[in-house]
Amino acid sequence: MNYEIWDVHTHLAGVPGTTPEERLAKLLQYADRVGIARLCVMMGLKWNYDPTPEFMRKSNDEALQAVRKFPDRAFGFVYVNPKHTQASLDELNRCVRDGPMVGVKLWCALHCNDPLLDPIVARAAELKAIVAQHCWIKITGNLPGESTPMDMAELAARHPKATFSCIHTGGDWERGIRAIRPHPNVYADINGGDPTAGFTGMAVRELGAERVLYGSDAGYRSFASQLAKVHGAEIPDTAKRLIFAGNTKRLLRPILNEKGIKV
Amino acid sequence: MKPDQSTFSLDRRDFLKVAVAAAGVASLGSTSALQAAAAAPSGLIDTNVSLSRWPLRRLPCDDTAALVAKLRANGVTQAWAGSFDGLLHRDIATVNTRLADECRRHGKGLLVPFGSVNPKLPDWEDDLRRCAEVHRMPGIRLHPGYHGYRFDDPDFAKLLRLAAERGLLVQLVWIMEDRRMMHPLLQVEPPDLKPLAEVIKKTPGLRLEILNVLKGLHGQSLLSLLHAGEVFVEIAMLEGVGGVAGLLEKTPLNRVLFGSHAPLFYFESALLKLKESPLTEDQPRAIRCDNARRLLAKKS
Repeated sequence: MNYEIWDVHTHLAGVPGTTPEERLAKLLQYADRVGIARLCVMMGLKWNYDPTPEFMRKSNDEALQAVRKFPDRAFGFVYVNPKHTQASLDELNRCVRDGPMVGVKLWCALHCNDPLLDPIVARAAELKAIVAQHCWIKITGNLPGESTPMDMAELAARHPKATFSCIHTGGDWERGIRAIRPHPNVYADINGGDPTAGFTGMAVRELGAERVLYGSDAGYRSFASQLAKVHGAEIPDTAKRLIFAGNTKRLLRPILNEKGIKV
Repeated sequence: MKPDQSTFSLDRRDFLKVAVAAAGVASLGSTSALQAAAAAPSGLIDTNVSLSRWPLRRLPCDDTAALVAKLRANGVTQAWAGSFDGLLHRDIATVNTRLADECRRHGKGLLVPFGSVNPKLPDWEDDLRRCAEVHRMPGIRLHPGYHGYRFDDPDFAKLLRLAAERGLLVQLVWIMEDRRMMHPLLQVEPPDLKPLAEVIKKTPGLRLEILNVLKGLHGQSLLSLLHAGEVFVEIAMLEGVGGVAGLLEKTPLNRVLFGSHAPLFYFESALLKLKESPLTEDQPRAIRCDNARRLLAKKS
């Protein structure tokens, strides 16, 4: 069985190469080997949990540089820090409204249930951009600003018209899936954790295949371990098609249409 | 999409299998990539599978027949099997009896049992003896994290010595799962690896495979451990894009084995890692089967 595969979550970090373009080219070489057609790329060559406005701009410039080199293979997500609300809105406008990016990436600067996120999410919804929020539940302790799926559920309830990707589904996916289950505008991005058997099956059972997205977190993770979560799952072939590409295409179609990009 | 750059020494039937699979990869991708990876010739030895039930959830293949079917469907020709029961059960003797029995009853020789030994239990030496003499196992599997000992523990050193004297291959499981997502009431610390090299050096004849260690061991630390003796690692928890190729840039090829950590992990993960990395002609075959076959055949 052949599948079209879109990877909703990749990075330039952890990939060989000195420039953003070199790194994305390398990432695409690996993607080709395992049959991945398109990548969503977020953040630049270096990472910062709590980026300054200057760091955000540099990070987004690098991601833009990379995706502009491969417009038929890669989409960009703009990295923002809600502690710097106006700077984040400016970046949203620069990279999404006026640029080629199609989503928003939020990481560990601030718990995502904080009201400081509201104007950013509202603007993203106006632009039809996906809001992708890192979420983890660590028994060893979260970082100070690191969100959980429960935080995401609060945010999603305040913004029913926005579309959210719960990155990693909280790592502890058995709790993460339950936390986002009541919120139909939250999608489970299964990337980033170990390829623990049962993850995807539970997500499909509890959320429906329409709410599950394939992503990898490459280059930090291998494509292989994350693809296995779908290839190895005991779910119908139709569900695999949705998870691998169908859902991401459906979510991106409105913003891509506005940008005149046909997929 | 580029076809797999790896080439193999193939007979005509193998060549056709791989060629058909590779054509599928070139057309679209994905399960065909998996099929291409599984279709490579000359066998596939999975050195890291477990039978019975994971203590914290049911798994899709935690029934031995289902696991065997899964392994066979993916081209596995031999699987070295421990038991999840060996993590927490104290009646290790029955754990090993059940393991040996399951391996006999399922798979027609596919499953090779590796019994559990816990050196913190009274009279553990008899468990070791039974693994070798009663069950005729080629090796044992150790879970220091779950059994609560460090690598500088004298009982551990004694266990390695006795295993080596019996010609048993030792599989040492560093971790079973990401510690960040462990059950709050079952948080198992990964053992400190630093003292391990010394005890290996002091154990002549030891053959040691460390399972699930590539999540936390890289670079010089990994090399030092491999150079301490006849030490092997497998790829179940290796991560990073192009991970296998990256590992082989710094690690001797003959020390790397195939391992899936199934059924706790999706089996396909390990198989696709071989596909994701551009490998030279000899590398896939060495990892898939030749290294493991040589290691098992070395029994003194």
